[in-house]
Amino acid sequence: MIGGYALAFYWAPEDADQGFSQKIFYLHVPIALTAYACFGWGAWKALRLLWTGERRYDLESYTAVHMGVIFGLLTLVTGSIWAKISWGEWWTWGERQLVLFLILFLFYSSYFMLRYSTESGPRRERNSAVYALFGVVLIPVSFLAVRIAGTILHPTVFTHEGANLPWQMLVCFLICLGGMLALAATLYRVELAGKRASVSLRELRELLA
Amino acid sequence: MTTSEKYVTGAYLVLLGMLLVYLLIIALKVSRLEEELADLTRAAREKLDG
Repeated sequence: MIGGYALAFYWAPEDADQGFSQKIFYLHVPIALTAYACFGWGAWKALRLLWTGERRYDLESYTAVHMGVIFGLLTLVTGSIWAKISWGEWWTWGERQLVLFLILFLFYSSYFMLRYSTESGPRRERNSAVYALFGVVLIPVSFLAVRIAGTILHPTVFTHEGANLPWQMLVCFLICLGGMLALAATLYRVELAGKRASVSLRELRELLA
Repeated sequence: MTTSEKYVTGAYLVLLGMLLVYLLIIALKVSRLEEELADLTRAAREKLDG
């Protein structure tokens, strides 16, 4: 990831239209795509839970949603900074993709309220899984919103005709995206291991009591 | 440093800051788990000893 950002700053050409501020692209877009991937992964694990009934998927789905919310928050913050440079304002309600991403973020933030408002057990696991699965519908809507809306403010780099940027920028972007996904996967594994250890310790304490 | 350079630096620092906070939380969590495990080991030993 560090290599990708070094290339983005020192090797990739500067954007003719946005200049230096376009460098946020290598940060903001990979973070946003990673947030989508985390939510998608959480929904996949939720589906596995509902399909197989195996309880381990609940913790995996919860952890993925947790990671998704963190990356979602980062998407909103970095997006706001980019908006301030490019549009002169931190936020605009007129942009459908921004609003839809905010809805997606708030939807998954509410997941925790739902989860902790019920007693732990199979019912909570099922409710959380259904909620996580419903949220995934918002991902393609949020992703395609800017293309459907045809807005003039939020730029569309990846279209049906392919990537609308020089190959050097594309290479840097792909490296940064790979790095961000690897970072998310690492944090997911660490978080999941911590949560599993916590559950095992609680069970052990109950056995020893 | 131009205004846009300041904002770009700020955006990258947000990620770095968030990562550091996350690492701090994980470190605290691991040390708490370590303490809990030590307590349980002690409790298990006491139970085995009599």
